[in-house]
Amino acid sequence: MENRSFYNEVLTEHNMRPDFKHDLPDANLVLEGVNPSCGDDIYLKLKVEGDTIVDGAFVGDGCAISQASADIMLGMIVGLPKDEALHLADCFIRMIKGTASEEEIEELDEAGALRDISHMPARVKCAVLGWHTLEEIFKNPEKARPKAD
Amino acid sequence: MLDLRKDFPILRGTDVVYLDSAATAQRPACVMEAERAFNDERNANPLRGLYAWSMEATEAYERARQTVADFVHARQPEEIVFTRNTTEGLNLIAYTWACTNLRPGDEVLVTVMEHHSNLLPWQMACERTGATLRFLECDQRGVFPEEAMRAAVTERTKLVCMGHVSNVFGRVNPVEKMAELAHSVGALMVCDAAQSAPHIALDVQKLGVDFLVFSGHKLCGPMGIGALWARMELLEDMPPFLRGGEMIEYVTRDSATWAEVPHKFEAGTVNASGAVGLEAAIRYLQTAGLETIESHVNALTERALKGMQALPHVHVIGSENAVEHSGILTFTVDGVHPHDIAAIFDSDRICIRAGHHCAQPLMKHLGVGSTARASIYLYNNEQDVDRFLESLATLRSRMGYGE
Ligand SMILES: Cc1ncc(COP(=O)(O)O)c(C=O)c1O
Repeated sequence: MENRSFYNEVLTEHNMRPDFKHDLPDANLVLEGVNPSCGDDIYLKLKVEGDTIVDGAFVGDGCAISQASADIMLGMIVGLPKDEALHLADCFIRMIKGTASEEEIEELDEAGALRDISHMPARVKCAVLGWHTLEEIFKNPEKARPKAD
Repeated sequence: MLDLRKDFPILRGTDVVYLDSAATAQRPACVMEAERAFNDERNANPLRGLYAWSMEATEAYERARQTVADFVHARQPEEIVFTRNTTEGLNLIAYTWACTNLRPGDEVLVTVMEHHSNLLPWQMACERTGATLRFLECDQRGVFPEEAMRAAVTERTKLVCMGHVSNVFGRVNPVEKMAELAHSVGALMVCDAAQSAPHIALDVQKLGVDFLVFSGHKLCGPMGIGALWARMELLEDMPPFLRGGEMIEYVTRDSATWAEVPHKFEAGTVNASGAVGLEAAIRYLQTAGLETIESHVNALTERALKGMQALPHVHVIGSENAVEHSGILTFTVDGVHPHDIAAIFDSDRICIRAGHHCAQPLMKHLGVGSTARASIYLYNNEQDVDRFLESLATLRSRMGYGE
């Protein structure tokens, strides 16, 4: 049980200085994601045109793992077609469950920095929160449309 | 300083610092030995059986009941019902006494600092009977103002439920005073002693309560065994909790009469080796002396608390006075989520707890999302505290804060 490496610089940097943690007024898909075990609570906001995620952000709060993971995710998926983003989500979630191949983890690029969390069952929900919320948004986009008031 | 560490096999020859005793305590060798002896020498169903092993098993189980009765100063051993844990004891009261005695319009008073185990059973009983659940609030330091206590009890109050020591603050609550107030309006008083039993000599007569419950595993006993104490008259009037074997007198095709108290409440095969282990744990604490244990715990808590107060980004919840913590130090660190705190401590081989501590209404009341908690017990020593403080001091920089 040597010093676990999941609080590496990638993670602390994204937690301390997130690039995508801000409001996104022109988002057309917004969904809350909650992880009751840590009390992580985020809103994932996407602006989707046609099939492409043209912009994205998140707000809310939670533990370092949930925040960094959501931030890294947004850095990767903004600009991607929806299907490619969902493919990455699938790879990421399987990486955390310990069933992704080395090639798939390579595809995950910076998000691969979170791979050691697969050894910490208690934190799995934190790591996948953003990605899971992304999947939910596209599974049921009607639920994620901001209500016109 | 007490040196009891050597009695605990799990702590021998390891550098792990265990600071989560409020969740569950470690067990001394004598507890495992008592269970082993039961299993290896007299294991049988303790049914007052017709052969030597079964008779011995029955004797061992009933002797454990006597030890628990003496431990809490019950009038007679029959006032002790063995349960799995505190949670089961509280549910037993809720499903039996509360569900048969509460009526619409009655009030059940609980405090906002209760563990979920001392809240959810009352939510259920109120839902089923139409009674109303009311809350006694504490201040930010975990104190119940006497005025608030008086105001919370009304002529409609039928049951008051209070933890003796909160698992978040560690402060000893005014159970005696609350019991007096409850009785002044004819209500009964339930005391959750899960966190006090490991630290304070319990005396149900002095506390003046009507029900008291605790878990064996928090006082160095095995998991899966706990006890409920209630006054005999109450136990005799209450219907059974679970039904089945070993709790009956006569059974016909469509009816049954119940065995005597406490067997009426101990349906099915009991955890006899657990009870024997619990007895050994109680004897172990009594031999060390609860007061000696508490002064050891208080001295270490003082050392930890001083060190924490010296760190600018660390905030301890509750009293500023170490002796008002029962070894429980719940805290936050600016900018670091409690689960990250726990993970970093874990990488330094230090066990602490993080989360809502099964007290979500309290966390809301205090305006904190979740917190970290270190809890100190008899086998901890100064090195443990110092290692805890060292990790705590470097925690923020390891999370990327430059300071
Ligand atoms: C104050 C309090 N009440 C009740 C419980 C529940 O105890 P158990 O899980 O042994 O039933 C606990 C344990 O965490 C506690 O701290």
